This record gives sequence, C-alpha cells and structure tokens, in this order.
Amino acid sequence: MELTTVWFILIAVLWIGYFALEGFDFGVGMLLPVLARDDTERRVMINTIGPVWDGNEVWLLVAGGATFAAFPEWYATLFSGFYLPLLVILVALIVRGLAFEYRAKRPDDRWKRRWDQVIVVGSLVPAVLWGVAFANIVRGVPIDRNLEYVGGLVGLLNPYALLGGLTTLALFVTHGALFIALKTDGEIRHRARRLGVRAVAVTAVLAVAFLGWTQAQHGSVGSAVAFVVAAVALVGGGLAARAGREGWAFVGTFVAIALAVAGLFLALFPDVMPTTLADGASLTTTNAAATSYTLRIMTVTAVIFTPLVLLYQGWTYWVFRKRIATHHIPTAELASAR
Amino acid sequence: MDPTDIARWQFAITTVYHFLFVPITIGLSAIIAGYEITWLRTRDERWLRLTKFFGKLFLINFAIGVVTGIVQEFQFGMNWSDYSRFVGDVFGAPLAIEGLLAFFLESTFLGLWIFGWDRLPAKLHAACIVLVHVGTLFSAYFILAANSWMQHPVGYAFNPHTGRAEMNDFAAVLFNKVQLVTFPHVVLSAYLTGAAFVVGIALWHLRRARTDEDRAVYRPAVRTGAWIVLVAALGVVVSGDLQGKVMTEVQPMKMAAAEGLYATEAPAAFSVFQLGTLDGRHETFSVKIPDLLSFLATGTTDGEVKGIDDLRATYRATYGADPGATYYSPGDYTPVIPLTYWTFRLMIGLGMAGMAVAAWVLWVTRRGRTPQGRAVLAAAIALPFLPLLANSFGWIFTELGRQPWAVFGLMTTEHSVSPGLTTTEAWISLLTLTAVYGVLAVVEVRLMLTWIRKGAEELPPDVPAGADQGGDRPLAFAY
Ligand code: HDD
Ligand code: HEM
Ligand code: HEM
Repeated sequence: MELTTVWFILIAVLWIGYFALEGFDFGVGMLLPVLARDDTERRVMINTIGPVWDGNEVWLLVAGGATFAAFPEWYATLFSGFYLPLLVILVALIVRGLAFEYRAKRPDDRWKRRWDQVIVVGSLVPAVLWGVAFANIVRGVPIDRNLEYVGGLVGLLNPYALLGGLTTLALFVTHGALFIALKTDGEIRHRARRLGVRAVAVTAVLAVAFLGWTQAQHGSVGSAVAFVVAAVALVGGGLAARAGREGWAFVGTFVAIALAVAGLFLALFPDVMPTTLADGASLTTTNAAATSYTLRIMTVTAVIFTPLVLLYQGWTYWVFRKRIATHHIPTAELASAR
Repeated sequence: MDPTDIARWQFAITTVYHFLFVPITIGLSAIIAGYEITWLRTRDERWLRLTKFFGKLFLINFAIGVVTGIVQEFQFGMNWSDYSRFVGDVFGAPLAIEGLLAFFLESTFLGLWIFGWDRLPAKLHAACIVLVHVGTLFSAYFILAANSWMQHPVGYAFNPHTGRAEMNDFAAVLFNKVQLVTFPHVVLSAYLTGAAFVVGIALWHLRRARTDEDRAVYRPAVRTGAWIVLVAALGVVVSGDLQGKVMTEVQPMKMAAAEGLYATEAPAAFSVFQLGTLDGRHETFSVKIPDLLSFLATGTTDGEVKGIDDLRATYRATYGADPGATYYSPGDYTPVIPLTYWTFRLMIGLGMAGMAVAAWVLWVTRRGRTPQGRAVLAAAIALPFLPLLANSFGWIFTELGRQPWAVFGLMTTEHSVSPGLTTTEAWISLLTLTAVYGVLAVVEVRLMLTWIRKGAEELPPDVPAGADQGGDRPLAFAY
C-alpha cells in the first residue's frame, strides 16, 4: 500500500478515536441538565469522565498535527477555509475544558451553575459543528486552482451539512447517555438507560437519513458496508440497552460512531477535500501529501508509539472502571481538605 | 491594519499567553514529583501536605496551559496557511510527534494522578506525576525543535517544483545546533520559574505562619525552591551565553539588534543601559562594559562583532533588495531595534533579579530564621513574577529579532499569512480570543489567590494508597 493511503487511514483512525471517545464526554456534558436532578448528581456525571476527557481531547490534537505533517495542503486549506466555525469550536473547547477543572473549586452555587451552563454549551456546539464540517468535506466545497477555499461562511450552511450536524449531535447524546448508564449506579443509571433507549430511536432515523444521503451522492461499496454495520450496531445498542445490558449497549454506539466516521472517510477516498468548482482542483491523498521521506519518519513513529498510547489509555479506563454513585461524591469539607 | 498585522498580533498574544502557563507546568511538575517521592521515602507528612497543596495550584495552572495550547495547534492552519503549505513537510512532523509522545502522556497520567490517590499503589501514583513531567519535557523538545528550525532551517531542500521546503534529514532537524542550546535554556528557565513560584508562595505562608508546626511545613519548600532557582539560573546564564554565540553565527542581525550596535566593532563593549534616540543610533547616556559583547558573541575579548549597517549590506547581497515585508523599507533587514534592545535586557535583568531575590531569601532564612518585615513580603510577591516576565521578554526578543523572516532566509512573515483571510475574519478572531483570554486571566488569578490563601492544610486521616480498588468509600478526589 502506498504511504499516502496508509496516512489517509491513520488520520481516519485518529478522527474515529476522537469522535468515539470525546463523543461520549460531549454527550455527558450536554445531558447534565437532563439527567441530573441536583448538584451531587451533576458531580456524579462529571466525575465519570473526569480522569479521561483530557486524554480524549488529545485525539483531536494529534489528528490536527498528523494532518499538518502528512497532508500539509489539507491542513492549510481546511483550517483557513473553515475559519469562523473552527474559531467557534476552539472557544467552546477552551471554556468547556476549564469548566470541568474549575467548577468545584469554589463552594458557591452560582459559580457552579454558571460553569455547568458552560459545560452544556461547550459540549453542544462542537458536537453539532464537527458534523457540519465533516459533511461539508464529504460533500465538497469551492476550492480554486491554488487549493484555496473560496466559499465563505454561508456556503457551509447547506441542508446536507446541517443534517450531518444533527446526526453527530444525536449520536453523541445517545453515546453519552449509554456511557452514564454504564458508569453510574442508582437512580441516575436507570434514568440514563431509559433516555438512551429513546435516543437510539431518534438517532437511528437521523443517521439513516444522513448516511443514506451520503451513500446516494458520494458512496462506494466500502462506505455502504460501513454504514450498514453502523446502523446495525446502533440498533443493536438500543436493544441491548432495553435488555439492561449496558456494556453491550455502549459497545453498540461506539461501533456505530466508529463505522459511520469510517464510512465518511471511505466515501471521501481518494480525495481528502473535493472541490465543487468546475475549474477548481480537488485536494487528494496525492496532491495534498508530504514527501515520502516525511511519511516514512511519521510511519515509524506511529508504529512504535500508537500501541503504547492505546495500552496506557486503556489501562486508565481499567483503573477507573468502577461505577460512581451519589454516595461516592465527597462532601465539600472533605473535598477541600484533600 | 491588514490581515497580516492582525494575525501577527494574534500569534503574539496567544503564544505569549500560552507561555505564561507553560514554564510553571514544566517546573512545578518536577518539583511536585520531588515532594511526593521525598514523602514516600521519609514518610514525613510535611512533604505530602506540600504535594497536595502545590498539586492543586498546578491543576489550576495546567488547565489554562492545555486549553490555550489547543488554539496554538490550529492557528498555523487558520492564519498562516501559506506558511503551513511551505513548511508542513518539515514542521508538521515534530508537531505531530509532540502530540503522540507528549500530550497523550501528560493528559492521561495527570488524570491518573489527580483521581488515583486511593486507586493506585503509592509508588505507581508517584510514577504518574513523574511521567507527566517527562511528557512536558518531550513536549518542549519537539515544539522547540520546530521553532529552532524557523530560526535556522536545516535538514531540508527547497523543491522548486512543489514550491516548498522538503525534509531530507530528520535527525538534522531534531539536533539542530540552535535547538541544542535553546532546549536547555528554555527548560532551565522553566525550572527557575516554577521554583520561584513555589518560593514566593511558601515564603508568604512562612511569614504568616503562627505555629512552629506550620513553619516546619513551609520552610523546606522555601529553602529547596530557592536553591533550585539559583542552580537553574546558573544554567540559564551558561546556556544563554551559548545561544548568543550560536545566534551571532546564524542570525548576526538579531544579536546586533539586541545591542543596538550600528557600526562593526572589535573589541565591542556590552551596553547595559542607554538613553538617546529611540532607535539607539545616537546615545546621550549609556553604561557600558568594555569587551563584554565581544566575549558574549565570539568567546574572545577582542573578537569582531558586526554592526547593523554592515550586516544590512550583507543581507541585501545574500537575500536580495526586498525582504518582501511592507513593514520594512525596501532592502531593510533590521528588526525593530528598541524592542530587541530592551526585551533582551529585560529578559536578562528580570531573570537575574529573580535569582538575586532567591539568594537573599536563602540568606535571611538561614539556620531556622523566620524573617518578618515588609521586605520579605515584597520578595514573596515579586518572586513568581520576575522570571515569568523574563520568559515573555525572551520570546518576544527571539521572535521579533528574526523579523522580517518567518523562516529565516526562506520565507518572510508577510508571505506566510493565509491568502484568503479577510480583515473582518482576522479581527473577529483576534478580538474573540483576546476577550476570552482576558476573562480567563481574571478567573484564574482569583481562583489561584483563593487556593494560595488556604495554604497546605492539615490532612484528614489518610486513605491508604491503593485502598479502594474495589471498595465503596467516597472518591479521594472529585470534580
Ligand atoms: C517550551 C515549551 C512549550 C512551547 C514553546 C509551547 N508549548 Fe504548548 N504546551 C507545553 C509546552 C510548550 C506543555 C508544558 O506541554 C503544556 C503546557 C501546559 C500543559 O498543559 O502542557 C502545553 C500544552 C499544549 C497543548 C495542549 C496539550 C494537552 O491537551 O494536553 C497544545 C495543543 C500545545 N501546547 C501546542 C503548542 C503549540 C502549537 C505551540 C507553538 C506555537 C506551543 N504549544 C508552544
Ligand atoms: C515552536 C514554537 C513556536 C513557533 C512554531 C512559532 C512560530 C511563530 C510564527 C509562525 C509567528 C508569526 C510570524 C510573525 O508574526 O513573526 C511567530 C511570531 C511570534 N511568536 Fe513565535 N513561535 C513559537 C513559539 C513562540 C513562543 C513560545 C512565544 C512566546 C511566548 C513566541 C512569541 C512570538 C511572538 C511575540 C511573535 C510575534 C512577532 C511579530 O508579530 O512580529 N513564539 N512565531
Ligand atoms: C545572562 C542571562 C541570559 C542570557 C545571556 C540569555 C540569552 C538568550 C539569547 C541569546 C536568546 C535568543 C536565542 C534565540 O534567538 O534563539 C534567549 C532567548 C530566551 N531566553 Fe534568555 N538569556 C538569559 C537569561 C534568561 C532568563 C533569566 C530567562 C527566563 C527566566 C530567559 C528566558 C528566555 C526565553 C524563554 C527565550 C526564548 C526562547 C529561546 O529562543 O531560547 N533567559 N536568551
């Protein structure tokens, strides 16, 4: 296989990792006001992702860095082209990250409530905008001969892309609900499971519409297979949740997200950013790529270090495998003393 | 202002802001690891109290370091897309490797350290913070390698066909001679900064403490911290001196501008302070140390140091009459002299002032003394800020001194900016980020002060490490 193809796959894997992992912590953030009845329950929810959300976000940073290294033209066109939406995402990620870290640092209800709102909005905005961005990439955007994006902001807000945004939103909410069902105990667990079951139904409708539209317009055999497996996994996850098998339910949405994203990348290949202009030029795995020297260096590094990263991130989930319930949340005095 | 100006302001503001938190993260993670290991070895509670106290301050700082870093990662593509196209083949690799090696390590093991007090065996728990520190060092190494390549591009060939710089020797990029002196300088100044932060806070508590027991907690923090400041400062001076020599070789204009040295001199004096016209061409008053500049630049007391006027002629002959930047008149390769001159002095001056204060603190706390007085209070408050500012000035000097180049000798700043970037977009981005960063600064300083005031409180009956692997107690730490 050519190295450019290898790196196309690796970058797809990084985005899959990002969406499948940060997807549930976006979901947890968005569901704070829906699932939790009081501050202790909100803390139960936040602490299910406490030790891991930052590590999850690094998948995005590495996806960005790897794109810069392996496909500099893609990195340049994508991020300078999708300028304002990306800025909004960045601001959302900034305030959201701080909210987790800072909300419990003062025993003041107004302070906490404000940060909780930040968590909700900071999770919701990227959940929608990433979907919009990816849908636009697959759909194609106006790129001129110099590989510059010339579409402006309004061009990004088309029905297909908005449907993409709703789909990621719904997927992440479902993923988050099932994660809470898997990681908590007590009443909140049951509330989360019930919500998860219902969310699967809505998500399935949206996902079938969006992925079907994608398949019809841009699909290949590979993407069709991926989308079908994604849909089956999603429905399977819903059924498992109904049967009270929370572990399998979470696996279901995890696989659904992973394969939906994989399918989008398969629909894209061998382009990385197709143009919609007749006299424009599409970015492809070939014309956007770094030299084979750089790709070789990067491949060696990735082969050595990616398994290591997977190993210790996996271990973190193992260390914090225990369910959290309200009686695990330390009182304010205890917390400040520690 | 045109988009280039705005993008430059944004890069300067966001990066200097990011780098206020970075040196504290690097320095403090090492010191906290030291505390925790000492506690494990001696089982002396005081070290555990310090670990937990500074651990909390560390988290408040780290959070902003992380979120401001995210902006850095994407800013190259957003504002500097032509730059990214031109250098991506070389520059992207260290950036990607930094993420894979450093950021995963830092964030994962910090999560384990924060939440793992009762889940991990004690030794493993201490290992986590050590790994966080190792992560910060990896991070610094790779990002500085990228930056050093901009200062002194090596290990690449220009490909006229693709119109970009293409890497052909990764080892040369990683072991760039600029990198080999920059990494120690930056990491040592981070240790200096982290230690000064600790000394300032611990000294403030030491002065306030009412019981001998409390004094016994803060004293060791003050003393060890002040020693770290001194030793690190020594290393900073040595590495800075080496850097000056390397820079004189690879970017002679930057060092001449640092001195405001217009005419070539042999031997050249080091100007400590000068008053006169803003561009330093006509001085009315100055303090000079004979021969020192020659020594700093060349290693001999009578070496020749090239002046700005000669260098400009050399640069014109080498790179052409037009550096391509509208900020510079045609053929003018000089950076803004007053800025380079004063930022260089402020870096050295403020850093050395920090070192002097730390030395004084060691003296007044010798043999169990607990000094009171207003001078101690002033020292405690000044200490964290002096090196922090020195760091900012160091970077402003380094980056401004390279102008008009973004990549020295290869690509000007003006040609780096995204061609599609409109003035409106650039303004929205600059104003949004500045506003958000401004609010965050207020929030973080107030939070920091609250937690500093609490001090290293007495610990509740200890939850044994690793005790809760299947148990059912409250979490040792929760958000
Ligand atoms: C000398 C060290 C140094 C320098 C010059 C920079 N950084 Fe930095 N950065 C760090 C040292 C560091 C660190 C010590 O690793 C941080 C600081 C606080 C932290 O959380 O990690 C970090 C955090 C950090 C993060 C968040 C990582 C995470 O989520 O854990 C990103 C994405 C970046 N940085 C990116 C950059 C970029 C693109 C820079 C160049 C303009 C840059 N940093 C300059
Ligand atoms: C690897 C790390 C870094 C890289 C790759 C980098 C790269 C750049 C780039 C692309 C610019 C824009 C061109 C320009 O305006 O000159 C710039 C400018 C600047 N950078 Fe860096 N930089 C790095 C680290 C830093 C750090 C850590 C600081 C300070 C904390 C810093 C301070 C500045 C400043 C002050 C400017 C503005 C100069 C100007 O506007 O003329 N840089 N740098
Ligand atoms: C006698 C003392 C010092 C000397 C001779 C010195 C020398 C230098 C030189 C020549 C540079 C520019 C290197 C370049 O352009 O790449 C530099 C940069 C820098 N200095 Fe210093 N320095 C001294 C003290 C300090 C102190 C006390 C601090 C901070 C606590 C500090 C922090 C920095 C930083 C952060 C940079 C920018 C990064 C870099 O390029 O290394 N320096 N220093």
